[in-house]
Amino acid sequence: MTIPALDPADLEVLHRRLVHGATAAGLLDVAYREIESPIGTLLLASTARGLVRVAFAAEGIEEVLETLGQRLSPRILRAPTRLDRAATQLDEYFRGARTAFDLDLDDALSTGFRAHVQAHLIDIPYGATASYGQVAAALGNPKAVRAVGTACATNPLPIVQPCHRVLRADGSLGGYLGGTAAKSALLRLERGE
Amino acid sequence: MSTNQPFEQVVREHGPRILRVCRAVLGAGADADDAWSETFLAALRAWPDLDAGTNHEAWLVRVAQRKCIDILRARKRLPVPSDALLEGTSPQRPDTTIWAAVAALPEKQRLAVAYHYYGGLPHTETAELTGSTPTAVRRAASEGIATLRRALAHDVGATP
Repeated sequence: MTIPALDPADLEVLHRRLVHGATAAGLLDVAYREIESPIGTLLLASTARGLVRVAFAAEGIEEVLETLGQRLSPRILRAPTRLDRAATQLDEYFRGARTAFDLDLDDALSTGFRAHVQAHLIDIPYGATASYGQVAAALGNPKAVRAVGTACATNPLPIVQPCHRVLRADGSLGGYLGGTAAKSALLRLERGE
Repeated sequence: MSTNQPFEQVVREHGPRILRVCRAVLGAGADADDAWSETFLAALRAWPDLDAGTNHEAWLVRVAQRKCIDILRARKRLPVPSDALLEGTSPQRPDTTIWAAVAALPEKQRLAVAYHYYGGLPHTETAELTGSTPTAVRRAASEGIATLRRALAHDVGATP
Protein backbone atom coordinates (compact mmCIF):
# COMPACT_ATOMS: atom_id res chain seq x y z
CA MET A 1 0.00 0.00 0.00
CA THR A 2 3.03 2.29 0.31
CA ILE A 3 3.74 1.91 -3.42
CA PRO A 4 1.17 4.25 -4.96
CA ALA A 5 -1.01 2.99 -7.79
CA LEU A 6 -0.82 5.22 -10.86
CA ASP A 7 -3.69 6.32 -13.04
CA PRO A 8 -3.18 4.77 -16.52
CA ALA A 9 -4.69 7.97 -17.98
CA ASP A 10 -1.80 10.01 -16.46
CA LEU A 11 0.74 7.69 -18.08
CA GLU A 12 -1.09 7.92 -21.39
CA VAL A 13 -0.95 11.73 -21.31
CA LEU A 14 2.78 11.56 -20.55
CA HIS A 15 3.26 9.09 -23.39
CA ARG A 16 1.57 11.46 -25.83
CA ARG A 17 3.81 14.28 -24.60
CA LEU A 18 6.85 12.09 -25.15
CA VAL A 19 5.79 11.30 -28.72
CA HIS A 20 5.23 15.02 -29.34
CA GLY A 21 8.60 15.99 -27.87
CA ALA A 22 10.43 13.19 -29.67
CA THR A 23 8.88 14.17 -32.99
CA ALA A 24 9.80 17.84 -32.49
CA ALA A 25 13.39 16.86 -31.60
CA GLY A 26 13.68 14.53 -34.60
CA LEU A 27 14.16 11.52 -32.29
CA LEU A 28 11.21 9.40 -33.38
CA ASP A 29 12.62 7.14 -36.12
CA VAL A 30 9.84 4.55 -36.22
CA ALA A 31 6.21 5.23 -35.23
CA TYR A 32 3.74 2.38 -34.92
CA ARG A 33 0.18 1.51 -34.06
CA GLU A 34 -2.03 -1.55 -34.11
CA ILE A 35 -5.38 -1.70 -35.88
CA GLU A 36 -8.15 -4.28 -35.82
CA SER A 37 -9.20 -5.77 -39.17
CA PRO A 38 -11.41 -8.61 -40.42
CA ILE A 39 -8.22 -10.71 -40.73
CA GLY A 40 -7.02 -9.93 -37.22
CA THR A 41 -4.80 -7.34 -35.56
CA LEU A 42 -2.37 -5.58 -37.90
CA LEU A 43 0.77 -3.68 -36.96
CA LEU A 44 1.49 -0.53 -38.98
CA ALA A 45 4.91 1.13 -38.75
CA SER A 46 6.26 4.19 -40.50
CA THR A 47 9.44 6.22 -40.75
CA ALA A 48 9.70 9.89 -41.73
CA ARG A 49 9.69 8.69 -45.35
CA GLY A 50 6.50 6.68 -45.16
CA LEU A 51 4.85 3.39 -44.28
CA VAL A 52 7.63 0.85 -43.80
CA ARG A 53 5.92 -2.25 -42.40
CA VAL A 54 2.53 -3.91 -42.21
CA ALA A 55 2.58 -7.04 -40.08
CA PHE A 56 0.09 -9.71 -39.05
CA ALA A 57 -0.51 -10.70 -35.43
CA ALA A 58 0.62 -14.21 -36.46
CA GLU A 59 4.13 -12.84 -37.00
CA GLY A 60 4.25 -11.69 -33.36
CA ILE A 61 3.90 -7.94 -32.82
CA GLU A 62 6.79 -7.71 -30.32
CA GLU A 63 9.05 -9.82 -32.55
CA VAL A 64 8.33 -7.56 -35.54
CA LEU A 65 9.09 -4.45 -33.46
CA GLU A 66 12.36 -6.02 -32.32
CA THR A 67 13.30 -6.70 -35.93
CA LEU A 68 12.54 -3.06 -36.79
CA GLY A 69 14.78 -2.08 -33.87
CA GLN A 70 17.61 -4.10 -35.38
CA ARG A 71 17.14 -3.19 -39.01
CA LEU A 72 15.99 0.45 -38.83
CA SER A 73 16.42 2.10 -35.43
CA PRO A 74 15.54 1.29 -31.81
CA ARG A 75 14.04 4.79 -31.48
CA ILE A 76 10.57 3.28 -31.79
CA LEU A 77 7.42 4.59 -30.10
CA ARG A 78 3.73 3.80 -30.28
CA ALA A 79 2.40 6.91 -32.02
CA PRO A 80 -1.09 6.21 -33.38
CA THR A 81 -1.74 9.60 -34.96
CA ARG A 82 1.33 9.25 -37.17
CA LEU A 83 -0.40 6.26 -38.80
CA ASP A 84 -3.88 7.80 -39.10
CA ARG A 85 -3.77 8.05 -42.89
CA ALA A 86 -2.71 4.43 -43.38
CA ALA A 87 -5.24 3.23 -40.79
CA THR A 88 -8.08 5.10 -42.49
CA GLN A 89 -7.20 3.76 -45.94
CA LEU A 90 -6.91 0.18 -44.67
CA ASP A 91 -10.27 0.54 -42.97
CA GLU A 92 -11.78 1.74 -46.26
CA TYR A 93 -10.12 -1.17 -48.08
CA PHE A 94 -11.60 -3.72 -45.67
CA ARG A 95 -15.03 -2.14 -46.09
CA GLY A 96 -14.69 -2.58 -49.84
CA ALA A 97 -14.64 1.20 -50.33
CA ARG A 98 -11.04 1.43 -51.55
CA THR A 99 -9.26 -0.49 -54.32
CA ALA A 100 -5.86 1.26 -54.27
CA PHE A 101 -3.72 2.90 -51.59
CA ASP A 102 -2.43 6.44 -51.76
CA LEU A 103 0.38 6.38 -49.19
CA ASP A 104 4.05 7.31 -49.03
CA LEU A 105 6.04 4.09 -48.72
CA ASP A 106 9.54 3.52 -47.35
CA ASP A 107 11.25 0.51 -48.96
CA ALA A 108 14.06 0.48 -46.38
CA LEU A 109 13.32 -3.16 -45.51
CA SER A 110 13.72 -4.40 -49.10
CA THR A 111 16.74 -4.62 -51.31
CA GLY A 112 17.61 -5.59 -54.88
CA PHE A 113 15.34 -7.79 -56.97
CA ARG A 114 12.99 -8.38 -54.02
CA ALA A 115 12.34 -4.64 -53.74
CA HIS A 116 11.79 -4.52 -57.51
CA VAL A 117 9.21 -7.33 -57.36
CA GLN A 118 7.45 -5.91 -54.29
CA ALA A 119 7.17 -2.44 -55.83
CA HIS A 120 5.52 -3.94 -58.93
CA LEU A 121 2.89 -6.00 -57.09
CA ILE A 122 0.50 -3.06 -57.43
CA ASP A 123 0.51 -3.71 -61.20
CA ILE A 124 -1.81 -6.66 -60.51
CA PRO A 125 -5.24 -5.00 -60.49
CA TYR A 126 -7.64 -5.17 -57.54
CA GLY A 127 -9.74 -8.31 -57.79
CA ALA A 128 -7.31 -10.01 -60.22
CA THR A 129 -4.60 -12.58 -59.55
CA ALA A 130 -1.34 -13.59 -61.26
CA SER A 131 0.95 -16.59 -60.96
CA TYR A 132 4.51 -16.32 -59.67
CA GLY A 133 5.66 -17.09 -63.23
CA GLN A 134 3.48 -14.37 -64.74
CA VAL A 135 4.91 -11.81 -62.29
CA ALA A 136 8.45 -12.92 -63.18
CA ALA A 137 7.68 -12.65 -66.92
CA ALA A 138 6.07 -9.22 -66.49
CA LEU A 139 9.32 -8.03 -64.88
CA GLY A 140 11.24 -9.29 -67.94
CA ASN A 141 12.82 -12.16 -66.03
CA PRO A 142 10.65 -15.25 -66.67
CA LYS A 143 13.12 -17.62 -64.99
CA ALA A 144 12.95 -15.77 -61.68
CA VAL A 145 9.89 -17.66 -60.42
CA ARG A 146 11.52 -18.70 -57.15
CA ALA A 147 12.86 -15.19 -56.58
CA VAL A 148 9.35 -13.82 -57.04
CA GLY A 149 8.12 -16.36 -54.49
CA THR A 150 10.78 -15.22 -52.03
CA ALA A 151 9.92 -11.58 -52.67
CA CYS A 152 6.26 -12.26 -51.90
CA ALA A 153 7.11 -14.28 -48.78
CA THR A 154 9.27 -11.42 -47.44
CA ASN A 155 7.00 -8.55 -48.51
CA PRO A 156 7.29 -5.97 -45.68
CA LEU A 157 4.08 -4.21 -46.80
CA PRO A 158 1.45 -6.91 -47.33
CA ILE A 159 -2.07 -5.78 -48.36
CA VAL A 160 -0.68 -2.39 -49.47
CA GLN A 161 1.72 -4.15 -51.85
CA PRO A 162 -0.73 -6.93 -52.76
CA CYS A 163 1.31 -10.13 -52.64
CA HIS A 164 -1.96 -11.89 -51.80
CA ARG A 165 -2.85 -11.55 -55.52
CA VAL A 166 0.01 -13.85 -56.49
CA LEU A 167 -0.91 -17.55 -56.68
CA ARG A 168 0.71 -20.80 -57.77
CA ALA A 169 0.57 -21.69 -61.49
CA ASP A 170 -2.14 -24.31 -60.80
CA GLY A 171 -4.29 -21.65 -59.14
CA SER A 172 -3.72 -22.92 -55.60
CA LEU A 173 -3.10 -20.29 -52.93
CA GLY A 174 0.60 -20.66 -52.16
CA GLY A 175 1.90 -19.35 -48.86
CA TYR A 176 1.12 -16.14 -46.99
CA LEU A 177 2.73 -14.52 -43.95
CA GLY A 178 -0.69 -13.84 -42.48
CA GLY A 179 -1.81 -17.43 -43.10
CA THR A 180 -3.71 -18.89 -46.06
CA ALA A 181 -7.07 -18.09 -44.41
CA ALA A 182 -6.14 -14.39 -44.48
CA LYS A 183 -4.99 -14.66 -48.09
CA SER A 184 -8.23 -16.23 -49.27
CA ALA A 185 -10.25 -13.73 -47.20
CA LEU A 186 -8.52 -10.84 -49.00
CA LEU A 187 -9.18 -12.44 -52.40
CA ARG A 188 -12.86 -12.97 -51.51
CA LEU A 189 -13.11 -9.36 -50.36
CA GLU A 190 -11.68 -8.15 -53.67
CA ARG A 191 -14.09 -10.33 -55.64
CA GLY A 192 -16.89 -8.63 -53.77
CA GLU A 193 -17.95 -11.83 -51.99
CA MET B 1 27.58 -3.60 -28.40
CA SER B 2 24.71 -1.14 -28.39
CA THR B 3 21.05 -1.89 -27.87
CA ASN B 4 18.41 -2.67 -30.51
CA GLN B 5 15.48 -2.97 -28.14
CA PRO B 6 12.47 -0.87 -29.23
CA PHE B 7 12.32 2.14 -26.90
CA GLU B 8 8.56 1.73 -26.48
CA GLN B 9 9.25 -1.42 -24.42
CA VAL B 10 11.41 0.65 -22.08
CA VAL B 11 8.70 3.29 -21.61
CA ARG B 12 6.11 0.59 -20.94
CA GLU B 13 8.31 -1.30 -18.51
CA HIS B 14 9.85 1.60 -16.57
CA GLY B 15 7.48 4.55 -17.13
CA PRO B 16 5.43 3.94 -13.96
CA ARG B 17 8.51 3.49 -11.75
CA ILE B 18 10.08 6.71 -13.02
CA LEU B 19 6.83 8.63 -12.48
CA ARG B 20 6.76 7.48 -8.82
CA VAL B 21 10.37 8.61 -8.39
CA CYS B 22 9.65 12.04 -9.91
CA ARG B 23 6.49 12.49 -7.86
CA ALA B 24 8.24 11.51 -4.64
CA VAL B 25 11.07 14.00 -5.29
CA LEU B 26 9.05 16.89 -6.73
CA GLY B 27 5.47 16.28 -5.61
CA ALA B 28 2.63 14.91 -7.73
CA GLY B 29 2.16 17.73 -10.18
CA ALA B 30 3.36 19.49 -13.30
CA ASP B 31 7.04 19.49 -12.21
CA ALA B 32 7.03 15.70 -11.85
CA ASP B 33 5.40 15.38 -15.27
CA ASP B 34 8.10 17.64 -16.74
CA ALA B 35 10.86 15.62 -15.08
CA TRP B 36 9.35 12.38 -16.45
CA SER B 37 9.17 13.83 -19.97
CA GLU B 38 12.72 15.20 -19.82
CA THR B 39 13.98 11.86 -18.52
CA PHE B 40 12.50 9.78 -21.32
CA LEU B 41 13.42 12.32 -24.00
CA ALA B 42 17.06 12.29 -22.83
CA ALA B 43 16.95 8.49 -22.62
CA LEU B 44 15.53 8.24 -26.15
CA ARG B 45 18.33 10.48 -27.41
CA ALA B 46 21.01 8.31 -25.80
CA TRP B 47 19.24 5.00 -26.46
CA PRO B 48 20.87 3.74 -29.70
CA ASP B 49 24.37 4.27 -28.25
CA LEU B 50 23.66 2.81 -24.83
CA ASP B 51 25.85 -0.15 -23.94
CA ALA B 52 23.85 -3.38 -24.24
CA GLY B 53 24.86 -4.48 -20.73
CA THR B 54 23.38 -1.39 -19.05
CA ASN B 55 20.89 -1.90 -16.22
CA HIS B 56 18.03 0.15 -17.71
CA GLU B 57 16.15 0.62 -14.47
CA ALA B 58 19.14 2.09 -12.58
CA TRP B 59 20.21 4.15 -15.60
CA LEU B 60 16.75 5.72 -15.94
CA VAL B 61 16.52 6.48 -12.22
CA ARG B 62 19.89 8.27 -12.41
CA VAL B 63 18.73 10.28 -15.45
CA ALA B 64 15.50 11.12 -13.60
CA GLN B 65 17.48 12.25 -10.56
CA ARG B 66 19.48 14.72 -12.71
CA LYS B 67 16.28 16.06 -14.30
CA CYS B 68 14.69 16.48 -10.85
CA ILE B 69 17.78 18.38 -9.65
CA ASP B 70 17.52 20.67 -12.70
CA ILE B 71 13.91 21.42 -11.85
CA LEU B 72 14.67 22.00 -8.16
CA ARG B 73 17.42 24.47 -9.16
CA ALA B 74 15.00 26.27 -11.46
CA ARG B 75 12.50 26.42 -8.58
CA LYS B 76 15.07 28.14 -6.36
CA ARG B 77 15.67 30.79 -9.01
CA LEU B 78 11.94 31.27 -9.40
CA PRO B 79 10.22 31.22 -5.99
CA VAL B 80 6.99 29.24 -5.95
CA PRO B 81 4.31 28.92 -3.28
CA SER B 82 5.21 26.59 -0.40
CA ASP B 83 2.40 24.21 -1.31
CA ALA B 84 4.08 23.45 -4.66
CA LEU B 85 4.63 19.85 -3.61
CA LEU B 86 0.89 19.29 -3.71
CA GLU B 87 0.22 21.26 -6.85
CA GLY B 88 -1.80 19.28 -9.35
CA THR B 89 -3.17 16.70 -6.95
CA SER B 90 -6.91 16.96 -6.96
CA PRO B 91 -8.68 15.97 -3.74
CA GLN B 92 -11.11 13.51 -5.32
CA ARG B 93 -8.35 11.29 -6.68
CA PRO B 94 -7.64 8.10 -4.74
CA ASP B 95 -3.85 8.47 -4.86
CA THR B 96 -3.84 11.97 -3.35
CA THR B 97 -3.47 10.70 0.21
CA ILE B 98 -0.29 8.76 -0.35
CA TRP B 99 1.40 11.52 -2.36
CA ALA B 100 0.51 14.01 0.35
CA ALA B 101 2.03 11.64 2.92
CA VAL B 102 5.18 11.25 0.81
CA ALA B 103 5.43 15.03 0.38
CA ALA B 104 5.20 15.45 4.17
CA LEU B 105 8.24 13.22 4.86
CA PRO B 106 11.52 14.84 5.96
CA GLU B 107 13.74 15.34 2.90
CA LYS B 108 16.25 12.57 3.69
CA GLN B 109 13.47 10.02 4.14
CA ARG B 110 11.61 11.26 1.08
CA LEU B 111 14.68 10.93 -1.18
CA ALA B 112 15.55 7.52 0.24
CA VAL B 113 11.97 6.36 -0.43
CA ALA B 114 12.11 7.90 -3.95
CA TYR B 115 15.35 6.41 -5.21
CA HIS B 116 15.65 3.23 -3.17
CA TYR B 117 12.10 2.11 -2.46
CA TYR B 118 10.29 3.41 -5.56
CA GLY B 119 13.29 3.58 -7.93
CA GLY B 120 14.83 0.27 -6.89
CA LEU B 121 18.39 1.64 -6.61
CA PRO B 122 20.62 -0.14 -4.07
CA HIS B 123 21.44 1.70 -0.81
CA THR B 124 24.98 2.42 -2.04
CA GLU B 125 23.83 4.13 -5.26
CA THR B 126 21.05 5.99 -3.49
CA ALA B 127 23.67 7.26 -1.01
CA GLU B 128 25.86 8.47 -3.88
CA LEU B 129 22.97 10.32 -5.52
CA THR B 130 21.81 12.00 -2.34
CA GLY B 131 25.18 12.73 -0.75
CA SER B 132 24.54 10.34 2.12
CA THR B 133 25.90 7.02 3.37
CA PRO B 134 24.43 3.55 2.70
CA THR B 135 23.69 3.09 6.40
CA ALA B 136 21.89 6.43 6.64
CA VAL B 137 19.93 5.66 3.46
CA ARG B 138 18.86 2.28 4.82
CA ARG B 139 17.64 3.92 8.01
CA ALA B 140 15.95 6.84 6.27
CA ALA B 141 14.13 4.52 3.84
CA SER B 142 12.78 2.25 6.56
CA GLU B 143 11.78 5.21 8.74
CA GLY B 144 10.10 6.81 5.74
CA ILE B 145 8.14 3.67 4.91
CA ALA B 146 7.12 3.28 8.57
CA THR B 147 5.89 6.88 8.62
CA LEU B 148 3.94 6.34 5.39
CA ARG B 149 2.33 3.18 6.80
CA ARG B 150 1.27 5.06 9.93
CA ALA B 151 -0.05 8.02 7.94
CA LEU B 152 -2.02 5.81 5.57
CA ALA B 153 -3.35 3.51 8.31
CA HIS B 154 -4.48 6.58 10.25
CA ASP B 155 -6.11 8.02 7.16
CA VAL B 156 -7.92 4.77 6.32
CA GLY B 157 -8.98 4.41 9.95
CA ALA B 158 -10.30 7.96 10.03
CA THR B 159 -12.41 7.49 6.92
CA PRO B 160 -15.88 6.17 7.73
